[in-house]
Parts: sequence; structure tokens; C-alpha cells
Amino acid sequence: MASPSYAVRPLAWAKESALTAAIAFVLALPLAGFRLPDGGAITLGFRPMWVVVAVVAVAIGRFLLAVNRDLGLMRGTNISLASLWSDARAAVAPYGWWIALSALALMVALPVLPFGTRRTLDLATLVLIYVMLGAGLNIVVGLAGLLDLGYVAFYAVGAYTYALLSVNFGLSFWMCLPIAGFLAAAAGLALGFPVLRLRGDYLAIVTLGFGEMVRIILINWHSLTGGSNGIARIPTPTLLGLQFTGAARLSFLYFIILALAAVTMLFAARIRVTAIGRAWEALREDEIACRSLGLNPTTIKLSAFAVGAMFAGLAGAFFAARQGFVSPASFTFMESAIILAIVVLGGMGSQTGLVFAAAVLVLLPEIFRDFAELRLLLFGAAMVLIMIWRPQGLVAHRDPSVRLAGRRS
Amino acid sequence: MAYFLQQLINGLTLGAIYGLIAIGYTMVYGIVGMINFAHGEIYMIGAFIALIAFALLAQIGVTSVAAALLIVLVVTMIFTSAYGWSVERVAYRPLRRSFRLAPLISAIGMSILLQNLVQVLQGARVKTLPPLIRGGFTLMEENGFAVTLSILQIVIIVTTTVLMVGFALLIERTSLGRAQRACEQDRLMAELVGVNTDRAISLTFVIGAALAAVAGVMVVLYYGVVDFFIGFLAGLKAFTAAVLGGIGSIPGAMLGGLIIGLTESLWAAYLPAAYKDVAAFALLILILIFRPTGLLGRPEVEKV
Repeated sequence: MASPSYAVRPLAWAKESALTAAIAFVLALPLAGFRLPDGGAITLGFRPMWVVVAVVAVAIGRFLLAVNRDLGLMRGTNISLASLWSDARAAVAPYGWWIALSALALMVALPVLPFGTRRTLDLATLVLIYVMLGAGLNIVVGLAGLLDLGYVAFYAVGAYTYALLSVNFGLSFWMCLPIAGFLAAAAGLALGFPVLRLRGDYLAIVTLGFGEMVRIILINWHSLTGGSNGIARIPTPTLLGLQFTGAARLSFLYFIILALAAVTMLFAARIRVTAIGRAWEALREDEIACRSLGLNPTTIKLSAFAVGAMFAGLAGAFFAARQGFVSPASFTFMESAIILAIVVLGGMGSQTGLVFAAAVLVLLPEIFRDFAELRLLLFGAAMVLIMIWRPQGLVAHRDPSVRLAGRRS
Repeated sequence: MAYFLQQLINGLTLGAIYGLIAIGYTMVYGIVGMINFAHGEIYMIGAFIALIAFALLAQIGVTSVAAALLIVLVVTMIFTSAYGWSVERVAYRPLRRSFRLAPLISAIGMSILLQNLVQVLQGARVKTLPPLIRGGFTLMEENGFAVTLSILQIVIIVTTTVLMVGFALLIERTSLGRAQRACEQDRLMAELVGVNTDRAISLTFVIGAALAAVAGVMVVLYYGVVDFFIGFLAGLKAFTAAVLGGIGSIPGAMLGGLIIGLTESLWAAYLPAAYKDVAAFALLILILIFRPTGLLGRPEVEKV
């Protein structure tokens, strides 16, 4: 909407905000204004104040937005979040390696540091699981440009592989880890083979359907998976036959996932410059051009799918080992959405962004525990707002790793 | 045979509801080329608004079921359309020129937002409505098994058919519909010849939401049980129906809805019922492999 710059137009602002408030009234009236009773009774609750609050808040918000747009309060100044980010990034960019190394050193030393308590270790482990999942999904979504909404299915395959093999056959974690990775990759191939000819959006829905199918099967195949009760008493990993308990167990698990996540990140960083990594990126940028250059899109996509799935499988096996318990409730669509949000917020294809986004998305809910009800609501709103304001992600955006000299698309 | 016939009737009723939701998916995909992931939530909101409207009418003492049904239908369609319109305005319109996955991710965010908004506002517990429309006809009897067609099922099938035909006429005959179809064929060209494309896209979302609202009313009447999570599965199945019928094709969406409804009820009747949700997804994957354009869809030509 073009508007005369720096014009004080209180009437226009009032009209705009009144219109928006009217829409807010229509939206809020049924769902906020009335409260359905739980159970069979038909006595409605009536909450006029909720509607008033919603309408007033929307009216004020829209008014401020309009004022800001016409007067350009944010223009010319550097107070916007986006520019703060890019300034900070430019400032630390030359020291990138040092920051990464010291962060790694800090993470390795975490269990012996004074603030390396049970809780911090536990949270750090959780963050690292998501870093690993994010890095794996990043290969599929960020590098190869295939939107996978059922990533959690491969995570589940890995988790159940370890759970079943260790509980039923007594196989050790280190035996099961490669098997879990392999089976998850096989599941990725099995799903990918038929569906990878599909266009982006179709692929997204089919992968989503696949994720749900896996969950429904896990719930209903009682004899194998224990149904919704899941599988309990999954043994903790050992180190050359050494058992860890209590705090030592926590640190040991933390080191395992730190190593796994580091390997995943390193792999994701290095694969970009190999032939297959370049092929993934090329395919993401232009499938038809790729095809005309003799690349086979199906095999390239399949490899991205399988590699991404493998990392999810490894993370899943670790997840089962850490929890000691798996159930289908851990593998809902929300989980896939959170992993996708990490990839998107991190700026698809960026590594530092990924770690940062994983930390934010895992730690924020922990901090705002008291607002548990509003948590997911805010999560959804944040996804929408970030797409509108900073679709390239919060932290960074990776352009294709290799490009012809002097050409910017 | 009698059992099969009964499942056929149940499947048709279910299919009519899926078909209504599927039209919203197919129209939006046709015009803006995106999967409106939040559409299932719009249907869920429709069901909640319908419940609230029924409860309100009962409280002010409306006793005629027919009058109540009509009022609830209109009220629900109006309020739910407002949601459909707002979702497009807030979450999709700013992203028209963004990268390909942006609207889809925004839609997923919107879906999570709406689902949890309803949970926060109305609580997580299941909401119920006592059966309003009772009675039915016995069509045939075989070995003590009676095939019944309830009045409720007739109401659902008739209402659905009337509304579908009405909206199809709106798209086919009116100038608004013409603008909508023009945008669907070529948005830039439509804009050049003076079609208000923003309005046409908004109209698409409003129609989609209104039909989803009707589906919400029907599901409240049919099952009488609603919670904030019903939009997810129903949305997925309706999308499957839209793809099955050929995305972008309105008759295709209706046909796809019927096939999904029939598949589901026949699966539940003869195969392990717990896996009936798997049936829809398996069907989706099979269709996309063997006939990606759907039953009534046009093949898509990709130009460089």
C-alpha cells in the first residue's frame, strides 16, 4: 500500500483501526465471548470482557502500525530487530571460527563446570538432540529443498529399533546405533522411492501422511510395540562394558549426543562441497536445469532423503537410550513441526543459525513453563510472523556453496 | 449385502462432509498454488461456532429444529468465513512474492496457532451436543440386520448437495466467480485486464471457509462430539480427497470426498478399524504414484 510519506492523518488511522477492530470483534465474539461447557450440559458461559480486551488490543495495535507506516518512525533508525541482527553478525563474522571453537570447548567442559548441574546437562542434551535432528532435516529441506513434514517418522524408526533390539535381544547401544541409522535410511528410501517424483507441496503432504501412518501403526501394533503404553526399561548405553549411574550417566549421555551432533554438523558442513552436496543444491535451485545437464533428480533426491533419515534414526536411538522409554506420544506431527521450525528459523542451510534456533526453541518453553497453555499458541504465531518479517531466518542465510564467478542470482 | 448397503450409506454421509472441506483446499490450490494447511482448523472452528450457536439458540428458547438448523448454518458460515478471510489476509497475502515454501510454513504456523487458540479459549475437553434430529427409515431387512437411512443422513446429504451446487453456480455464473476463475488461469493477465485479484483470492478463501463451516455444522450434528484437534485428521483426509479428485477441480473434490468417505467406512467395516486412518494416506500415496493429476485433474505442464 503506497502512502504519502510523513503525513499526519489521524482520521485515516482511526478509520483503519476501527475497521480492523470490527473484524476482530467478529472473530472474537463466538470463540472468546462464549465458553462451551465441558460435558453434556447446555449452559453457555458468557465473557464479554474477553471480547472487549481483544478488540481494544487489536484496534490499538493496528493504529500504531498505521502511525508507524505513515510517519516512518522506524525508518532511518537502526532500532529494528533485523538490522540489529545483521550488525551483530557482521561484527562477529571475522571471529567465526574462534567463537565456534570456544563454544565447542565450553560444551565439552560443561559437565565439570560449576553451572553444569543436572538440569543444565539435561537441557543441553535435549538441545543437542534437536541440533542433530535439525542438521539432518536441514540436509533434506535446506540443501535439497524437499519439504519433509514427516521427519519424525524416521526418528521414531530409530528409537523403536534400539528399544526393540535391546529389550528383546539384549543388543548393546553401540550395536544398535548403526542398525537404527541403517533402518531409518531404508525407511527413507522406501518412502522416497515412490513419492520423490512429486512436486514440493505434494511431497510435503505425503511425508506428513507417512509420519501419521507410522504413528498409527506404532499405536495399534500392540504385540510388537506395546501400543500407546510404549516400551519401558530400555537399557542405558555402556562404555566397553562399563555401567554408568546417576550423575555420571547424565554426563556420559551428554558426551554421546555431543559427539553425534558434532559429527552430524561436520558431515552437513563438508558434504556441501562434494559432488552430491552440490547436486542437492543445484536441484533445489532449478530442477529442470539439473535434468538438462544430465543429473538424475530421483537418485539425488533419494540420497538426500536417505541421509537425512539416517541422522534422524541415530538421534532416535539416542533418544530411546536417554529416556529409557519410548511411546508413540513422542512422535507426533508437532515434533516434526518443531524440527522444521528450527531449520526455518535457523535460516535454511545455515549451521550456526541451526544451533541458535534449536537452543531458542528448546529453552524458551522451559523458561515459560508457567504459560504452558499459551506456549504452542505463541509458537504458531512466531512461525507466521517470522515468515512475514524475516523469511530468510533469524540468523543467517546460506547461498549456494558454489557459484560461477561474478554471478549473483 | 444388507451390511454392505448400510456401510455405503454411512460412507456417503461421511464423504459428503469430506467433500465440503476438500472444495476449500482445491479452490485455494487452484488460485494461489498453495496448500492451505490451516483449512482443517477452519473446519474445526466452524464446528465450535456451530456448537456455540446451537447452545445459544437452546438458551433463548428456539424449539423448532428446522429453524435452529437454518439459523445455525447461516451464523456459522458468516463467522467462520471471517476466520478464512483473516487467515489469508494475515498469514498468506504478505507472502505472495516470497520464496516457495514460505506460505506453506506460515500455514503450518497458522494451523498450530488456531488449534491452540481454540484450546485456550474453549478448553481441551471434548464438547458434546445431544442428538437433535432423530428417526429414520428402514430400507430393508436381512437376517435380522436392518439397513436404516436416518433423517439426519438425508439432511446432511441434501444440504451438502444443495450448497455444493449453489457454490458451483456462483463460480460458473456470477461476475465474482468469473473473476475468480480468471485469476486461477493466469493471475498476472487477470490483473492486467482489470480484475481485482486480491478480492478474488479473498473470495476464494471466504467460500472455502463457508463450505468448511457447513462441514463443521454437519459433523456436530452427525457425531455430536467435537474437540480442538479434529481439524488435523479431517484436513488431511479432505486434502487427500482433493488430490484424488484432481487438485483445482471442484467436481473432483466432491468425487474425491465421496471416495475417501466410502473407503473409510468400508475399511472400518471389513478390515481392522484401528487402521482406517492409514487407509486414506495409503490411498493418497497410491494415487500420487499412479495418477498424480487425480481423477478429474488436468495434467500440469511446467514451463522453463
